[in-house]
This record gives sequence, structure tokens and C-alpha cells, in this order.
Amino acid sequence: MSSRLEIRSSPHIKGVSSVETIMKNVVWSLLPICAFYVFQYGISALATLVVVTASCLLADRLFARLGGQSGDIGDWSATITGLLLALTIPPGFPLWMGFVIGFVAIALGKALFGGLGRNVFNPALVGRAFGQAAFPTAIATYTPSFMPGRFTEFIPSSLAMPFMTPADTSAWIAAAKLDAWAGATPLAKWKFETVLAPAIDLLTSIGGNLAVGPAPILIVLCGLYLAARRFLDWRIPVATLIGAALTGYVVYLLNPARYPDPVFVLLSGGLVLGAVYMATDMATSPVTPRGVWVYGGLIGFLTVIIRYFSGLPEGVMYSILIANAATPLIERVTQPRPFGTASLGKRKGRAVYPLLPAEPVDVAGREKDKK
Amino acid sequence: MNLLSLLRGEAFKRGIHPPQNKLTAERSIRRLPFASRLVVPLSQHIGKPARAVVRVGQEVVRGELIAEADGWLSVPHHAPATGFVEAIELRPSAKGPWEQSIVIKVQPGSTQEVQVAHPRDMGVLNPQEIIAAVQQTGMVGLGGAAFPSHAKMSVPKDAKVHTLVVNGCECEPYLTCDHRVMVEHADDLIEGIRHAMRATGAVRTVIGIEDNKMSAVEAIQAALMARHIPADQIAVQAVPTKYPQGAEKMLIMALFGVEVPSGGLPLAYGMVVLNVGTLAALGCLLPRGEGLVERVVTVTGPAVQRPGDYRVPIGTPMKFLLDYAGAPAESYQVILGGPMMGQAAASLDVPVTKGMSGLLVMRGADFCDRDDQKIYPCIKCGECVAACPMGLNPSLLGMLAAMRDYEPMGSQYHLGDCFECGSCSFVCPSSIPLVQQFRVAKQVLRERAVA
Ligand code: SF4
Ligand code: SF4
Repeated sequence: MSSRLEIRSSPHIKGVSSVETIMKNVVWSLLPICAFYVFQYGISALATLVVVTASCLLADRLFARLGGQSGDIGDWSATITGLLLALTIPPGFPLWMGFVIGFVAIALGKALFGGLGRNVFNPALVGRAFGQAAFPTAIATYTPSFMPGRFTEFIPSSLAMPFMTPADTSAWIAAAKLDAWAGATPLAKWKFETVLAPAIDLLTSIGGNLAVGPAPILIVLCGLYLAARRFLDWRIPVATLIGAALTGYVVYLLNPARYPDPVFVLLSGGLVLGAVYMATDMATSPVTPRGVWVYGGLIGFLTVIIRYFSGLPEGVMYSILIANAATPLIERVTQPRPFGTASLGKRKGRAVYPLLPAEPVDVAGREKDKK
Repeated sequence: MNLLSLLRGEAFKRGIHPPQNKLTAERSIRRLPFASRLVVPLSQHIGKPARAVVRVGQEVVRGELIAEADGWLSVPHHAPATGFVEAIELRPSAKGPWEQSIVIKVQPGSTQEVQVAHPRDMGVLNPQEIIAAVQQTGMVGLGGAAFPSHAKMSVPKDAKVHTLVVNGCECEPYLTCDHRVMVEHADDLIEGIRHAMRATGAVRTVIGIEDNKMSAVEAIQAALMARHIPADQIAVQAVPTKYPQGAEKMLIMALFGVEVPSGGLPLAYGMVVLNVGTLAALGCLLPRGEGLVERVVTVTGPAVQRPGDYRVPIGTPMKFLLDYAGAPAESYQVILGGPMMGQAAASLDVPVTKGMSGLLVMRGADFCDRDDQKIYPCIKCGECVAACPMGLNPSLLGMLAAMRDYEPMGSQYHLGDCFECGSCSFVCPSSIPLVQQFRVAKQVLRERAVA
């Protein structure tokens, strides 16, 4: 028997889950969505994904070198930030701007707080918010999906020189001779022209040349995979969608002529992507079981309110950022109830035996035993 | 998460499902031969150490009283083998500190028969006398707690007990000693239950067994049937397997659907919980009037050649037992008890004591999965909150501990309810040593409370 007997403290075994496994699986699950995005918008989308992700990884590595950061490149979290950020900006977003917001996402969204797990806001959305402030026109300029030459030519605005105003895409779109839907997002269409896109097109992102992100149905499927493997808290997207649908429904009931039905609310814009992939960011969502319902519900509620009553067509980003900020507070008021604080004698669960011997016996539970 | 629990029909909230690794569940209990020397520490239990009543050089026979209980919360010890007392001196104990111990040089060819017995008719004893008889056996909780059994069975004057809960969960991975005892000694168990019911005044007994041990459930049912004991007197209940169901409070939740109050005892509901191993041993010892001189120990681990449940004389050197079972030479860590809550042995030149339910031998290679995992800061995944059977927030507690902000851990976040089950550390993807941090925090808070 060896002399190097080790003394460690219990528990001596550990589950297989690790930060790397979780993050890697999130990346895997994002790949089909990214592929779909490239299918929709061609090489411009591909270039955006690559440039933004590279910029995030670069920033992450740089700040890790500078020190004071937890986590590192191996934890894959910067890759997730990059991919998600790329999916939230228009496919024709100038690449140099994409590089800038990717860098800012990591710098302000993560490194500033001390790295992995310490950030308060979802880094991808911090980058997106920065883009909204710095490049308001470019970030609101959408182009139609499924343009004929999308796999051979870039959207003109993509290749803008750094610090130059990107080329105007309207002439380019007009040249393609598409229908009336081209160019604007369904949300903007509704908000500024009160026209609703058909639900089935919104669900699959395939019909027409809508300026939409990857199909919500695909995102939900990828999310289901993550949820089934417990790499994602299913309660958050569910709460978010319920919150949005309920709020949308109430407003719709009040004024059906002016506001869209809840189905449109759920399927338009970035709500599904936000609910499944952004709101569920672990570090910035509550750990408490009751807290996640409050958090998700808040995001859904705020999204609809911002969409309907502000000047912006979309509200997912700001709602998630606000809910991120509210997370510490939500956690404080939703701490779990410790075991042993229920009132004495309160029965729960599916107990087989009566508390007192004199009580009538649950025959079914006992019969099972005798056999 | 909750959905899955519902489908599985789990009976208490949260908890985890570690790999069970019950390698020795199908092997019968085997008897270990005597080592040449047995070392019986005077303190093998919670409470005051016993007082030696033998002198150096004195001859003793197996079963003879060698140390007597020192007061109420203390138990006597009996000679585990025939031989003579070689020394009474400080010896290292498995958990580290040196303990006053009686060293017995075993006479070659010593018999396995217990030589000293005072058979008695248990039927004529009243509850106090039964409890005194329990104390005389030197019995402690064999599940690992090592709390004197007679003390656990005594019901305070202002309380009344109606239900005896028998804990056959054995929820720790690897361990199978309770399982084997239930399968092979169901009659002793029932005998023990009857004495315990009379001692406590309980009118019914529920034996809770996790459903990964159906052979034990069947064995006990068969024994009950043979004795024509109705189910409203003694019932056996299979409960869905989940860690840490073997914790008293979790088992009571699973069986009766009530939460034992925080800081309280099952007594609050008129219940007493005893371990199956303890009761089976009592069922055998009480009528014969013998002392506890051996116990069943699971010796297991990924590379042990002859893993199994061994009937081991108390005081057997751990090294002797490990060699007999064929533990690998490159052993790296020997865990006393199960892998979730067991303590690592500080040395192998220490004796097996009454509270030792298992020896789990791990090589360095068995740990590499764990060693390769990097420690990250808390990513707030919430897995620990979903796992803590006590409904605590280990994520928050861990962050407070990392900042050495111990005060609120105890006063606001119920650190005192943590029983170090290890579920939170087990699931943490960031590999944060949460339980270790909580132990430190508790220690600091205890010291502050005293100061
Ligand atoms: S060790 Fe303590 S905090 Fe962790 S799961 Fe167990 S009871 Fe909860
Ligand atoms: S399991 Fe670990 S990483 Fe996850 S919330 Fe708990 S302490 Fe944090």
C-alpha cells in the first residue's frame, strides 16, 4: 500500500457536467441556426458571423492576458457571445462595425466585470446596445432574405471601409425587383405601416423575402436539445414567451384594431432567439427557481410594452438588459424556502403512509407492498 | 428538472442521482479472519469515551467486557477476540487524532464463537430495561453516525413516539452492507424492530428501502409473512432511489410527506429513525445478551480484487482488511464510508471501529476525471439550488464564503441547515468546492459564537 495517501474532503465523486461541456454544447446547438442564417443571407451573413466571433475571441484573449479575468478561451463563452451578437445585427451590417461591437461586447460586457460568471449584463446584448447607440442607421438597415445572388456577392453595405458611411442598399434592393415585403422587418412593417406578415412565414422564415432572422421553429428545436441535456433552464424561455403572449393578448383585447394578435407578438422580431439564447445566459439570470419565472415574465412583458409604446420597433434587447439589471433584486426576494420551515404537520408530495397510525390507511400504497 | 422528478415519482424534492456503483450487491457477507492484533479505541462513538476495565497483561475472551460506559451518553466495549491485553495506550485513529485504545494480542486459533453471553427472555423486560440492555451491547448507529443507540431510543418524558422508521436506504454509492444484512438477516432485523418498538413505545414500523434493493424488500416481506406480522404493524416500503434519501429528514418526507422542522428531530412527529444494520445487530445480540464485537463493512472500489461485504471484528487494522480484500497497492485514497459524505482516512495503520460502514479504495486514476476539471467562478447555473435537499442556495453561500463574509451565511441563509450531503459540489459545473467552504464557514461561525 502506498505511502502517498491523500486526504481530501467529501464529496469524493463529482458529476460529469463542467463549464466547458455546457458552453461547447451551446455552441454546437447554435451551429444549425448559424447555417440557416447563412442560407438566408449568403456570404454576408457568413462574414458577419466570422468577423464578430473572431473579434470577441480576440478581445477575450487580450483581456485574459492583461490579467484579472476569470475563465479563458477554453471555456467557449466568448464564442457564444460572438455568434449570438452576429445573429442579432442585420446581415448587411458593415463588417468593420461588427468588429467594433464584438470587441466592445467583451470589453464592456464581460472584462469590465472581471470575466466569466461575474458579468451583470449579457455581453452580446451589451455589444448590440453599443451598436444601437454608435451606428443607429446601419443597425436598423435590414435587407431581404434569399436574394438571388447571395452566395456570390456581398450585400453592398457589408464591405464599407472603416469609418466610412456604408453604401446605401435601397437601390440595390430595388434592382432585385422583389415584392413589397423586401427591406423592412415584419415588426417595422407592422409598426410604421400596420401590415402583418403571415404567421407561417414568420415561424419558418422561409416564405417570401422577409427581412427576418433564422427560423423561430429551428431555434426552439435547438433550445429543446439544450434543455433536455440540462444546459439551459427551460423555465426562462417558457416564462418569457408566456409573459409576452399574455401582455400581447391583453393589449390586443383592449384594441384589436390597432394591435396585433399574440401569435405575431411571439413569432416576430428577435423574441424567440432572445428568450431561448439570451435570456437564458446563466451568469445574468437568477439562480432561484421562483426567480426565473419572474425574470422571464418580466422580459416578455417589457418586450411587448417597448414594442408598442416606444419609438423603437423591437424591444427584446432592452427588456433583457433591464431584467439582467433586476436579477440581483429578483434573487433577493425569491430565495428558496429552506426544508423544515413548512408549518408543522403540513403534508406534501405523494406520501404513502398516514402521519398517525390511527388514521385510515392508504390501502393502495400498502397493497403494493404485500405482493 | 421538476418534470423528470414527477415522472420518476420521487418522494422528496431536489437531490441528485450519482452513479450507484454497487459492485458488491450480489455477494454474500463473508467472515474475516482475526488479525494478530486488534486495537479497540475507547472512543468509537459520539459522547464520552468508555473506561477501560482491564489491565495490561490480562487475558480476555471474545465477548468479554473490556471497557464500561462512562455515564449516559457513552457505550461499553467488548473484547472482539480471545487473547491478552498487550497495551492500553494512545493509537492513531482513522480520522486523525490519537485515541486511548486497548490493544489485544489475539491468541492463535481463537474461536469465532462469542464466549461471554447472558441469554435472557426479552419479553419480560420493560422499556427502561430494554434500553439498558441496548446500552450493555455497546451498540451505536452502524449507518455511520455512531450515535449511541440506547440514547436514540430513549424517548424524553414530554414526548410520545408512535412510529419507528427503519432506514434501509443506503443511498451512498458503492456501499452495500445494509443491503446484504437485509437480505441475509431479515429475521434478526425483525427481531430487532420488535425490541425497538417496545423500547420506544411505537405501535407501527415502516421500513424504507430504496427501490434499487428490491431483493432486500422481498427478503423482509417474506420474513414478515412467515411470522404473520400484518402490514399495519411492520410495513416495508420501496422508495424511488435518490440521494440523499438516507438522511432521516428526507426519508420521513418520502414516507410521510412532512418536513421535520429545521433544527428539530423526527421526534416532533412522534417518530424515531434507526438504521437497519443497527436493528439487525440488536435483534441478534439482545436475546443472547452479547456485546457488539463485529460489524459488516463494505470493502470496495474500482480496483479492489475481492470487493465484498465482510464481517469484521472491531479493532481489525484497516490494512489487514484491505490486504485481505485485495486492495491495489497504488491506493491513493481510502474513504471511510461512502463517496458522498465519507471522510478520507488519514492513515491505514488504524482500526476498524463501530461506525465504519465501508472502505472505498480509490486509485489516482479513478480521480482523473475530477482532477482534470478546472475550477471556474460561479456561473450561476442554478444546478446547486436545484440539487440541495435542504432548500438552500449554495451558489449564494459559496460566493459569500469566497468573500469570507460568514456572518450572513448563518444568520440569513440558513447555513446551519446544511448537513454536508455534497449534492451541491457534485453537480457544480464550475467545480467549486462548496461543501469544503461551508465546513470552514461553520467552523468559523462556531468559534465566533463561543468567543
Ligand atoms: S452540502 Fe449542504 S448546501 Fe450542499 S446540497 Fe447538501 S445540504 Fe445543501
Ligand atoms: S452549481 Fe456551481 S456554478 Fe452553478 S450556481 Fe451553483 S455554485 Fe454556481
